Amino acid sequence: MTLPQHAWGGGVRVPRHKNLSNTGASRVPPLPARLIYPLRSHIGTAARPIIKPGDRVLRGQCLAQPDTYVSQALHAATSGVVRDIGDFPVAPGDITATCIVIEVDGEGRSVDPWPPLSADADGDAIQRRLVEAGVIGMGGAGFPSHVKVREGLTRTVQTLIINGVECEPYITCDDRLMREHATGIVAGARWLKRAVNAGECFIAVEEDMPEALAALQSHAGEDVTVGSVPAIYPAGGEKQLIKMLTGREVPSKGLPIQAGVLMHNVATAQAVYQAVVEGRPLMSRYVTVTGSVQQPGNWQALLGTPVSHLLQQSGWGGYGKQQVIMGGPMMGMALSHLEVPVTKVTNCLLVQEAARVSMMSMPCIRCGECLRVCPVQLNARALYEYARAGDLDAAQDLHLFDCIECGACAYVCPSHIPLVSYYRQAKAGIAATERRQQTAAENRRRYERHEQRLAADQTAPETAESASPAGTMDKEAMRAEITAAVERVRAKRAANEPPDPTNGGESGAA
Amino acid sequence: MLPWLLLAIVGLAAGFSVARPARDPGKGLALAEETDRIDALLPQTQCGLCGYRGCRPYAEAVVRGEAAINRCPPGGTETVAALADLLGVEPMPAPAMSPPRVALIDEATCIGCTLCLDACPVDAIIGAPKLMHTVIAALCTGCGLCLPPCPVDCIQLRTSGG
Amino acid sequence: MTATSGGAGSPHLHQPASVALVMRQVLMAIIPMLVVMFYCYGPGVILQWLWALLVAHACEALLLRWRGLPLQPHLSDGSAAVTATIFALAMPPWAPWWLTVMGLVFALALVKHAYGGLGHNLFNPAMAGYVFLLLCFPVAMKAWAPIDAGHTAPGWIESLIRFVGGAPSPVDGYSGATVLEYTRTQLRAMKMMSEIGSQPIYGLLGDRNAQWVNVAAFVGGLWLLRIGVIRWQIPAALLSALFIIATVFHLADGDRYAPPLLHLFSGATMLGAFFVATDPVSAPGTQRGRLLFGIAVGLLIYLIRTFGNYPDGVAFAVLIMNGAAPFIERHTQPRILGARS
Repeated sequence: MTLPQHAWGGGVRVPRHKNLSNTGASRVPPLPARLIYPLRSHIGTAARPIIKPGDRVLRGQCLAQPDTYVSQALHAATSGVVRDIGDFPVAPGDITATCIVIEVDGEGRSVDPWPPLSADADGDAIQRRLVEAGVIGMGGAGFPSHVKVREGLTRTVQTLIINGVECEPYITCDDRLMREHATGIVAGARWLKRAVNAGECFIAVEEDMPEALAALQSHAGEDVTVGSVPAIYPAGGEKQLIKMLTGREVPSKGLPIQAGVLMHNVATAQAVYQAVVEGRPLMSRYVTVTGSVQQPGNWQALLGTPVSHLLQQSGWGGYGKQQVIMGGPMMGMALSHLEVPVTKVTNCLLVQEAARVSMMSMPCIRCGECLRVCPVQLNARALYEYARAGDLDAAQDLHLFDCIECGACAYVCPSHIPLVSYYRQAKAGIAATERRQQTAAENRRRYERHEQRLAADQTAPETAESASPAGTMDKEAMRAEITAAVERVRAKRAANEPPDPTNGGESGAA
Repeated sequence: MLPWLLLAIVGLAAGFSVARPARDPGKGLALAEETDRIDALLPQTQCGLCGYRGCRPYAEAVVRGEAAINRCPPGGTETVAALADLLGVEPMPAPAMSPPRVALIDEATCIGCTLCLDACPVDAIIGAPKLMHTVIAALCTGCGLCLPPCPVDCIQLRTSGG
Repeated sequence: MTATSGGAGSPHLHQPASVALVMRQVLMAIIPMLVVMFYCYGPGVILQWLWALLVAHACEALLLRWRGLPLQPHLSDGSAAVTATIFALAMPPWAPWWLTVMGLVFALALVKHAYGGLGHNLFNPAMAGYVFLLLCFPVAMKAWAPIDAGHTAPGWIESLIRFVGGAPSPVDGYSGATVLEYTRTQLRAMKMMSEIGSQPIYGLLGDRNAQWVNVAAFVGGLWLLRIGVIRWQIPAALLSALFIIATVFHLADGDRYAPPLLHLFSGATMLGAFFVATDPVSAPGTQRGRLLFGIAVGLLIYLIRTFGNYPDGVAFAVLIMNGAAPFIERHTQPRILGARS
């Protein structure tokens, strides 16, 4: 079945490298020694732990509750003992975050699953189950799914899109998941469609994944359309896929719901099915380990597994000159520490030769290729020039914040200019300026109130309302008090009494 | 025929590239709006180092043409450049930008006289007569106006981390 | 287990392209033209080319040194070689050696490096150098092949003598014009196309010699399009505009205006369309901008050739539009995905 195809402008064909890891079935790795759960995921606030060090936990037991609306629950992926709640390295390895660390006991005992939701459960019930199960977007952004569903409950969703377009090279976790869990994915899609009352539902698969397409199509129906899209990078980008399938554009700096669309990754759809029907929280995900490893393939990894464990299982020798990238080669980040955990958004571990650091970039020859391939049709070259010159206002005028950092521009640049790094730097600069401006605006408001207060004090004489415990004093008495106090201080200083250590004067707590 | 045609093409192109809306501060813009736009570019430290009693009075003086655009040290080169851009004038050499600072009250020495409370232009010091005064560091702009009124010199300006 | 995090951030993949590769591919696409010119006009072309390569690299090395830049990789990035080659192709085959030196020094020092070097020049250096010589040494730049059919191209010795500057003042037939110039002078002398067209200098498409040079350039240009070194907008717009305006005038008065195919396959049209106007540094970068640029260059070529003072307007047309390129680019920004307008 073919899906509607609208042109979205830009895009580049990249070598796929998929056969390296998608030929064999996914495997279950042996249990690691410990599991690490960062409290804060990619988007949203940190979760609040509800266990403490020393507690025994079972598989599926909740470890942390969502703290605010945009937050997520965490669950133990296997049984063990809570060792610690503290700072541990998280991706990319040179930063730490608060994590729950569980020492695995190997017994694999679990809590009872929740009862499946009834077939006529409404959107609210589905959303509550997703909050309980800690389901977040597994395609990379990690947006809590219950927030998206809630948006869908309050606004019209014309189209629900399930994204099976794995457009980055090397990554095949979604491919294998679609081949092995097609039932769950399509069922999950149907639950989501019902939850948000979507008008139509598409499941989009890249055209070079025929087995996945066939597996899903066997479950398709009137309500769920499964089809393929061309293998152009980054066709799986949210805004690009929406434009391609619906012809509608998500407004600049806006959200898909504004175009009447909700999008979820296939793995998320499967997690929804797991939560709603099987009654299990999100505890594992498929992770592709590929590149220069002995046995590349896909693992059904428990969340919290240290990356080194999966690499070892795939037969990686650990040579220093190679780099391990978490994510794909186009948008992933190189890890500097390999004990960081697999999270809900970790889709791939790619081992390859470290980029030659000495690859010097030449001056820009203005060839315009970056403009041609940009999936947002930004003037990538002008953005580079403005970012380099520090002209952040001009960069913002050219819609810098619509850049999705896909890397297509840097991929094609004949001068090997690291364009995405420049854009990231410019975005950070603009964010810093905006913070400064907000502080200045706050200062202005306080100044105006201060002036108003002084003006009011002058017109209205001091009344007994000045509720100071010291009571009211007239100006003369006040001045006498002050003079006396000053004399005391001067005497103290003249007597050479050592002043208090500076710590005592620490009066700046916010 | 050709020379005229070529001249027309070149002339149009040149015309379009040099024509831009006139940036004239005074004419056609309400005074308050212009002052607002200038005030929005100032750092709001309210320190008075420009010679005026706060950021808004300085903005008003710039609009009147009395004050040069490079009199704000906390704003530094960024502010001068932004003002020059807004008013369509040449940027002038900027005063040396002062690093961000925060005031600190030595609580052991503070006598609770309340003279610094009113001195602070953004009300970042809390306290009451004969009770401890303290600076709320997050709100302090580092203007230093609280130092002169203190009769016991118990306030210091420290360079903040940022 | 250890791993290095490498130098730059994402992406960690790159297509096999580089500036040096692009320049090499352009040079390979020009080879057919060189071969045909050698066949038609003799060894002078090869001498010009080799000399230009030498002078250009020597100049470039000196200029890089002067600017404090390392010789590698800048000297071997191929840009000096491409400038020298296009320049040599535009030069008359019997130009004395000092013309090339003056032209290339002007091109590289003033037009390229004074503006900031590779990627920063506003004007196309090869064309600017050529025009500089044309304006300053109009007679010396007329050393083209003779136009009468019976004459054969000179041999190596003769070319060398002319190259070194030891030739006597040009005799009739040696200071001949190109077919474009011949056409122009004849038309101005109120002869009609039907009379002129029967002269033996005219081949199937245009000049008996130059038409093949243009065909070779066309073939080379198509190859560059195929491998993606240049994009279709500029050549297509340029050739279409030139063809259309020539057709309009020719249909209006066939006797006073040369036929469109003559324009397309004479002079430096194909060289300009595929190798000069497509120079990315001096042309707009946006797709709509390139279409406008190509159309304008095509129109200007025709206008200068037909109504202007020079027989071939390619160099001037390109230089004029180079000046307008930044303005064009600024006003033809693409509409981004999600913008309101």
